[in-house]
Amino acid sequence: MVYTQSPLAIGLFIAFVSFVLGLSFYLARRTSSADSYYAAGGNIHWFTNGVAFAGDYLSAASFLGICGMIATAGYDGWMYSIGYLAGWVVALFLVAEPMKRLGKYTFTDALDSKFNSKAIQLTAAISTLVVSVFYLIPQMVGAGVLVQPLLGLPHWVGVCIVGIVVTIIVATAGMASTTYVQFFKGALLLIMSTVLVIYVLTQGLSTSPMNNGQPYHDFKTLQADAALNVNEAGYSVVAGLDSEFGKAGFVKLAKDGRETIWQLNKNDEGYRLEETLFTTKMADGTKTYNGSAKEDGMFFPVGHIKELRVNGQEVATTGAVGPLAYLSALKDSTIVLWGKQYIQEGANTITVYYQKPTPGDRVLRPGLKFKVDNATGTQTFNFVSLMLALFCGTAALPHILIRYYTVPSQAAARKSTIVAIAAIGFFYVLTLFMGMGAMTNGVINLTDNNMSAPLLALSFGVVLFSIISSLAFATVLGTVSGLIVAASGAVAHDLMDNFLGMRMSDKGKVRAGKISAVVVGCIAIYLGIIFEGMNVSFLVGWAFAVAASANLPAILMLLFWKRTTAKGIAASITVGLVSSLGLILISPDMWVRYGYLPTDAPVSFNSPALISIPLSFLALVVVSIMTQKDVVISTATETAGA
Amino acid sequence: MGHGPAVKLGKDDASAYKTKLGVRMFIAYTLVYATFVAINATAPKMMQSIVLGQTAAVIWGFGLIGLALVMAVIYNHFCTRAEVRMNS
Repeated sequence: MVYTQSPLAIGLFIAFVSFVLGLSFYLARRTSSADSYYAAGGNIHWFTNGVAFAGDYLSAASFLGICGMIATAGYDGWMYSIGYLAGWVVALFLVAEPMKRLGKYTFTDALDSKFNSKAIQLTAAISTLVVSVFYLIPQMVGAGVLVQPLLGLPHWVGVCIVGIVVTIIVATAGMASTTYVQFFKGALLLIMSTVLVIYVLTQGLSTSPMNNGQPYHDFKTLQADAALNVNEAGYSVVAGLDSEFGKAGFVKLAKDGRETIWQLNKNDEGYRLEETLFTTKMADGTKTYNGSAKEDGMFFPVGHIKELRVNGQEVATTGAVGPLAYLSALKDSTIVLWGKQYIQEGANTITVYYQKPTPGDRVLRPGLKFKVDNATGTQTFNFVSLMLALFCGTAALPHILIRYYTVPSQAAARKSTIVAIAAIGFFYVLTLFMGMGAMTNGVINLTDNNMSAPLLALSFGVVLFSIISSLAFATVLGTVSGLIVAASGAVAHDLMDNFLGMRMSDKGKVRAGKISAVVVGCIAIYLGIIFEGMNVSFLVGWAFAVAASANLPAILMLLFWKRTTAKGIAASITVGLVSSLGLILISPDMWVRYGYLPTDAPVSFNSPALISIPLSFLALVVVSIMTQKDVVISTATETAGA
Repeated sequence: MGHGPAVKLGKDDASAYKTKLGVRMFIAYTLVYATFVAINATAPKMMQSIVLGQTAAVIWGFGLIGLALVMAVIYNHFCTRAEVRMNS
């Protein structure tokens, strides 16, 4: 797909960036103490904090990744929304108030509140840094991806813009400016996503969707006899049934000097041939799209309904519909999804995207992405493990947990979590309509489904596209600023002040935090550039699995098991971190990235949570039981010294 | 050691009550979520059946998101009441 830059999108983005930078410099004058820098003085209103939670949490992975996944895999993409939201229940019922009660600036403070243990300070700080970096990389990569269609600038420029702006936001006023940036971003995201869904419902469903005034590409169907003689004049066979294409269920035809690939469907007269889309990667690395350069625009956006049914009647369009009627019509209709197949033709690798008409009620239930139908034990394990990581990960993300320190009381911590659940839950309901809207409105770019939500907006006009695109960029700003606050707090407060015992004045702590933010910002820019091309949502999954394994068992056992010891917590974090990371590194997905066959990987699953979370709990229990004597000795020493 | 809240917190006598309530509500929600995951993992075709004009999967999804919010509001109601009763 070819994107054109919109001056309005550029203007809106510059206006948003100018506003948040102005706000940061204004707040900087009131941010002189460590309390105000790391915890916004602890006086943020619970409603503001709740919306800021949404701004912090709804990252590029949520807005771009989930909408894109729903657009191409239906309900399975929405499973992420359901799992992420369920994780907030853990945060509200178990973690919110104790976090507020026990901690000061960082997640480590809460874990270490009873112990003053160097081991906890070190391991929890490392865990915070690892999780934050895994979360930072996809956000920065996402910024680079967005800047190309939005501003027409190369990837590295987008990464640098986000890195520099966010570092200024954090280094000027710390958590205070970060909170307001996230508040405005969260509110704007909710409002504009609602507007986009209203557009989707007002337009309704159609078998021939219009894309910003342009008609949907008419994917042709041809008929051929058993010897592949096509019934339409001008077509000749380039690669037939005996070729690599034929073996894969396709043929390559030529007409007027242009080669196209068609999917073979056997019928009584011979073969029905369906038009496909394809990319060709040459040996020298160059890539063509449907046999042409990318700029030629021959790789058409896709996504349409084949048979649209309302109340049992086949119709061409529904007109404006309500949300339930919209889903009901989709359920009764046949939607064209797209499959993908790789074919090796000499030194060229060809990726063929072919049509897969699928009943709507099949799209609106799990199983298109996750292998749950007639699944093997490993496939079931993978699915359950992923859902467990999503459920347990939220309440263990350091950049989310530190937001509890910005409100004045435990009740405010609780109420802000409820506002977050309402805001995030509402947004995740909207993702279903945005994703299904993209699936049926002819806007999906099959080579990069992350752009589905902005491209859905483009189908309704440039103004909405400009607003949604600049908002997507702002989405990255909000999340990255929260991550840099968490990471700089781990360095300056946990490692320098507590672990290394560098006695610093209040102003010294603020200075250390600001310097750490600049250093972390520079590292984030570097990582964002070198990881260009990596799937945006891939590392977010890592961050959730690692956070759920390393942090959550320690938090829960500290709160609910009186025999928990400092060494037990440190062991739990270490085992959770090492086992989750280790299992990810030897998983089939990673084996493919190393250039090996996935079947050769030492383990057969990709999601480690179902093993690493229990291991982390087990490590804590065993080590705590083994070190009960230390607690008794330490207590006795304290008593003797008193 | 520099721990403890960034702002001074008052004594909260309702803390034990809120913890107990939170654990019970967490268990209740977790059971519903676990049932949802179990059905998807073992009998995904059940999620294709039609309930109230939608697939069961859509109803479950809206139900889980809605249930989280409803339980959160109920939890806050009882916690606030307990704070007023026990901390005054």
